[in-house]
Amino acid sequence: MIEKKHLVCIGCPMSCPLELTIVDGEIREITGNDCKRGEDYARQEYTAPSRMVSTTIICTSGLWPRLPVKTAAAVPKGKVMDVVQALHALKIAAPVRMGQVILDDVADTGIAVVATRSLPLLEC
Amino acid sequence: MNSPLKKIYDVVIVGGGPAGLAAALGARKSGAGDILIIDREVEAGGILNQCIHSGFGLHYFKEELTGPEYAERFIQNIRSDNVDLLTDSYVIDISPALQLEIISGHYGYLSLQAKAVVLAMGCRERTRGAIRTPGFRPAGVMTAGLAQKMVNMKGLLPGRRIAILGSGDIGLIMARRLVLEGCDVVGVYELSPYSSGLTRNVVQCLDDFNIPLHLSATVAFIHGRDRVERLTIAPVDAQLTPDLGQSWDVDCDTLLLSIGLIPENELSTKLRLHMDPATGGPQVSSTLETSLPGVFACGNVLHVHDIVDFVSEESLRAGQFAAELAIGMRRPSDNIALHAGANIASCVPHSLSPDREQIIYLRVKKPMLNCILTIGDRYEKKFRKLIPAEMIRITLAPEVLDHYFGDNLKIDVRPQEVAE
Repeated sequence: MIEKKHLVCIGCPMSCPLELTIVDGEIREITGNDCKRGEDYARQEYTAPSRMVSTTIICTSGLWPRLPVKTAAAVPKGKVMDVVQALHALKIAAPVRMGQVILDDVADTGIAVVATRSLPLLEC
Repeated sequence: MNSPLKKIYDVVIVGGGPAGLAAALGARKSGAGDILIIDREVEAGGILNQCIHSGFGLHYFKEELTGPEYAERFIQNIRSDNVDLLTDSYVIDISPALQLEIISGHYGYLSLQAKAVVLAMGCRERTRGAIRTPGFRPAGVMTAGLAQKMVNMKGLLPGRRIAILGSGDIGLIMARRLVLEGCDVVGVYELSPYSSGLTRNVVQCLDDFNIPLHLSATVAFIHGRDRVERLTIAPVDAQLTPDLGQSWDVDCDTLLLSIGLIPENELSTKLRLHMDPATGGPQVSSTLETSLPGVFACGNVLHVHDIVDFVSEESLRAGQFAAELAIGMRRPSDNIALHAGANIASCVPHSLSPDREQIIYLRVKKPMLNCILTIGDRYEKKFRKLIPAEMIRITLAPEVLDHYFGDNLKIDVRPQEVAE
């Protein structure tokens, strides 16, 4: 059985419209992408959709009361809310440096969470 | 945070967001001596600091970064480049002789002399007043960017049940962000028949979370005396007039507005710079110099971008040209005027020079499929799809331009003729 599936690449702001030709559940052809990223996205999205997650966690005594963090890699799409809830339960003390690992394995995904900015102590 | 200041600078940059940071690096690269960035916030980085989602840097750094990461890389570079940074400070006036008057949280009133100035003030969001939405004036109506700063930097929620008017990128990003924070996002309402944000943001911010996007619809009335309680939503016709006969109500406690951005040009208009009504920013030459010699402009104050990578690219060049002028190097004046022609909403810069490769940014007026973009009679490029939400970047080789001396060049986009 041949079917066509349409996706929009989220790899960059170009938002390339992708057309996947699926034969018996296998991807036979991917068109519409301007770069390799689109092909990778189409395969990933068809087989195991995943998303980068970014949110904030509570930070005490920092320049701002929230520290922005992200998953070091994309997590399975169905796990996004679990990841966010695990992160919202955390608290960290300033100072923090960009790239610092906040959690080694968030919500049993095997994926780490890192700080996306440095946060100095609030000077009083 | 603040560096000891000098009385005279080669290049002073107004604004420490992505444009100002890149302009400083460009100025350093081209040999400027003392460089100063002035920003009104407590830290540099501008809007990037509150844009905690990823998607930045694919062009510039060749990797996907979040906003704060993108900013911090630039801030690390300006530190190692010994660029002075004056935060918590506001430029209140610039004289035609490039004397800057500043109000600073740290120093009080200050006056500095610049040899070249780069305007990098960015843009601000349109508010309810700009679209005159009927109804009461309760708490709970705010711009999407303000909500973004509250949530991502201050840890405050703007409300619990959120409606969003306008499908600009910040609104779409905030729809997802607020769902992750536990809010209900009841819908996004867009006046146009198409989204004004990037398609990928509609996909990953709305579709992923089953948030409905209502095109050709608007908020016709805001209900609630103290706090937003309810909105009347109405579809609009081709003339964008709401049809109240087909309206419906939605309950919510917050209305976020994502209805466009305005370049923040108070200083430019005080300086009486020649402005471009299409972009809302100053007219600039191919060296990004405004109508006042020594004053350059880049980033969202010049024209609203949708990709920060392009802001960085443009601003590096503005900084380079500003530095060249400050150290006494003058490039030949432009000799070709550039105009927006058929189906072009705006283009930057406003004049060109054949002495080096030229970069042109433009936007189309309406979505178009299979079209040809022409610049004069010696350049054409085919596009499968062009939409107003996506800025187009064109590079022109000197050979294309060297026989247009003194001419007016027009950019046009037309539907592709079908070959028989």
